[in-house]
Amino acid sequence: MSIIAPGTKVPSFSLAREDGSTFTEADLVGQTTVLVFYPFAFSPVCTSQLQVYTEALPEITVDGAVIYAVSTDPSFSQIAFREQLGVPIEQLSDFEPKGATAKLFGAYFDPAGMTNRALVIIGPDGCVTWSYLADSPGDMPGVNLIIDGLAAS
Amino acid sequence: MRDLSSLPVEPVGPDDHLRSGDGEPLIIYAEFSCPECAIAAERLRESGKSVCFRHFALAARSPRAVKLAIASEAAARQGLFWEFHDSLFADQGRLDDPHLWQRCELLGIDVDRFELDRRDQSLADKVASDATAAMRAGATGAPTFVVAGELQSQLPQL
Repeated sequence: MSIIAPGTKVPSFSLAREDGSTFTEADLVGQTTVLVFYPFAFSPVCTSQLQVYTEALPEITVDGAVIYAVSTDPSFSQIAFREQLGVPIEQLSDFEPKGATAKLFGAYFDPAGMTNRALVIIGPDGCVTWSYLADSPGDMPGVNLIIDGLAAS
Repeated sequence: MRDLSSLPVEPVGPDDHLRSGDGEPLIIYAEFSCPECAIAAERLRESGKSVCFRHFALAARSPRAVKLAIASEAAARQGLFWEFHDSLFADQGRLDDPHLWQRCELLGIDVDRFELDRRDQSLADKVASDATAAMRAGATGAPTFVVAGELQSQLPQL
């Protein structure tokens, strides 16, 4: 599965926000968006990844970018994860149908039935400007990649 | 605002904490409230290998990480960085300030000067600078090891 390529208009998708409402492609319009696809809430690698991204939030958001974390966990698990970590990054659930949005973005890992570790930056016009798929779900992309990706967008 | 764009790891320099030993120094990014870091540090110490310690202390990871890193820099001002380093990693259940003062007394660190130095902004800047360099190189957790200029999370074969 290939990650969605820069220049591609994002497809129609639907994710569940923490408050139960729906997050769709319409929510991307007018802002630069960073989607962080991660495998599992509470897993050690994902924990480190979101903690480091939290540390770098001032730099990620300095020019108005908004960052969201996406996994196939249900919202209740994501909220518990975020609250335990003290991480402010809003969580978006791709729980049902499982991984449907991740599959549209090329960010699903079929062998394990989970979201892959991927980053996608989307411009205010709803087009992908940068994307990254880790070689394996265990490989953590550093926050430097997001900063580079935003600079290149 | 920090520059967090990609930048390779700097080679070992005069400002680094270097424990002399066998071979080229292995750079480790770590923080003192991290159990995995403690295990790695002990294995490195036992190995007799040269080690370069750099801080990867993030407030988002641990409420004590940054304070402990700064405390170790204050100990370094008195020439006792590695003694303090070993002491912190040897007993991670006792990392609050009174425990640090006890360690100082045991290690022969002047507590008054230690306390003064802990409030020196330049030490906080050094700790933050190490973390920034780690993030620019792509580090996402502690411990992180630098092998042939590449980052890895597993302790390499010693």
